[in-house]
Amino acid sequence: MRYFKKVLAITVKDLLLEAHTKELTPAMLVFSLIVIVIFNFSFEPGMQNSDIITPGILWIAFVFAGMLGLARSFAEEHEQESIRGLMLAPVDHSAIYLGKTLSNLVFLFCVEIISVLAFGIFFNINIFPILPGLAVVLGLATPGFVAVGTLYAAMASNIRLREILLPVLLFPIIVPVLIAAVKITGSVLQGQPLSDVSGWLNLLAAYDGIFIIVGVLTFEYVIEE
Amino acid sequence: MDKDGNVIIRAEGLAKSFGHTRALKGIDLTVRSGDFWLIFGPNGAGKSTLIGILATLLKQTKGKLTIDGIHSGNDIVELRRKIGVISHQTFLYGDLTAYENLSFYGRLYGIDNLKTKVLHMLAEMGLADWADERVRNFSRGMQQRLTIARALLHGPSILLLDEPGTGLDQHAMRHFYHLLGDLHSQKQTILMTSHNLTIGLEKCTHLAILAGGRIVFSARKAELDGKNFEEIYFQYTEKERK
Repeated sequence: MRYFKKVLAITVKDLLLEAHTKELTPAMLVFSLIVIVIFNFSFEPGMQNSDIITPGILWIAFVFAGMLGLARSFAEEHEQESIRGLMLAPVDHSAIYLGKTLSNLVFLFCVEIISVLAFGIFFNINIFPILPGLAVVLGLATPGFVAVGTLYAAMASNIRLREILLPVLLFPIIVPVLIAAVKITGSVLQGQPLSDVSGWLNLLAAYDGIFIIVGVLTFEYVIEE
Repeated sequence: MDKDGNVIIRAEGLAKSFGHTRALKGIDLTVRSGDFWLIFGPNGAGKSTLIGILATLLKQTKGKLTIDGIHSGNDIVELRRKIGVISHQTFLYGDLTAYENLSFYGRLYGIDNLKTKVLHMLAEMGLADWADERVRNFSRGMQQRLTIARALLHGPSILLLDEPGTGLDQHAMRHFYHLLGDLHSQKQTILMTSHNLTIGLEKCTHLAILAGGRIVFSARKAELDGKNFEEIYFQYTEKERK
């Protein structure tokens, strides 16, 4: 219980920092909306095969916006070496990982919710009947992406070219999440039941579990000097 | 009373290598409750590595370390409760207020009556009027005072300082060392590293010289008996250079 209180303290600190600075989430949101708007001009709403294309557009927006946020997620920790302050605290270092993952998750969920609404407007799709299905896919795909992304962001945080290096390192490892998320989102947009894509849902759930455990077990070695 | 008499730090044969580079080559150190150790050394002597190991931020390659009766290999989480660290970096968040910074660290240490303790600590450091000001707007001296508050908030057995005067102007430096002197007079155990021979000497109880990864000289300050420490320092560090 004390462990989770400390995880929560780190998350709340990140949310408080973001509330003060408003640096990360607005940039992520603008980026995501720009992607949606650009694709909206390229592919006219109602065109043939739009069901196949649109899930990909949505996930490109989420992943690139997420990358932007992840690349900056450890910046504050290095400005005054606060990461060392966290490492000195009497708590297992995995709590730092879980706290940072949770705050990254909150930021990306906020961006996703607004982006989905904008997506519905720009692509003339009635989002509300399919919201539960979208909630399931976002709720399963985003934690996996953020879990592995937070771990890689911590690895890249000391590197000068982290903004460039992070996507290069991260994309190969999130391919399973992306494929599954696009497949499920496509199915949801076509109004099919989630049971049709249960295999992909199981893959996402397994991916989430595996990478959260990997992050918890390896974070200590990632941040040690 | 700690489990090993009144010994707070017992280091035996501490060594640390980074690849082929041997940063520490076997450090033996015994710090007792209420001591104020000042460890001098030139750049690259291994001062920050030593503090890093004592603070549990680095793992020693060889040797044993016990702090306040807890062996570093046994319960590292509990051991961290015994330590407060002040470095030339503040470990503070510039975009949080002074109050928010201390509250955050207080929550990480699981401190009871946190609000009262944070406000008390801010008042002790003369920062009560700036509690709701963002740390980014503080002068370097004010930031360093807040750093002391952060390091002392959980009541550590020992305060480790790694070149804390870096970046402070003469006034802030003087104020900072007054605060350290006050803490020591309240029986706070302190171990500090520095390369500046002009500061801290009058406050400390023990002196040591670290050069080439070894403690090449150590003495109680009273044993120096009027000898010129600067001469001793150059004598030992030059010898190591050769």
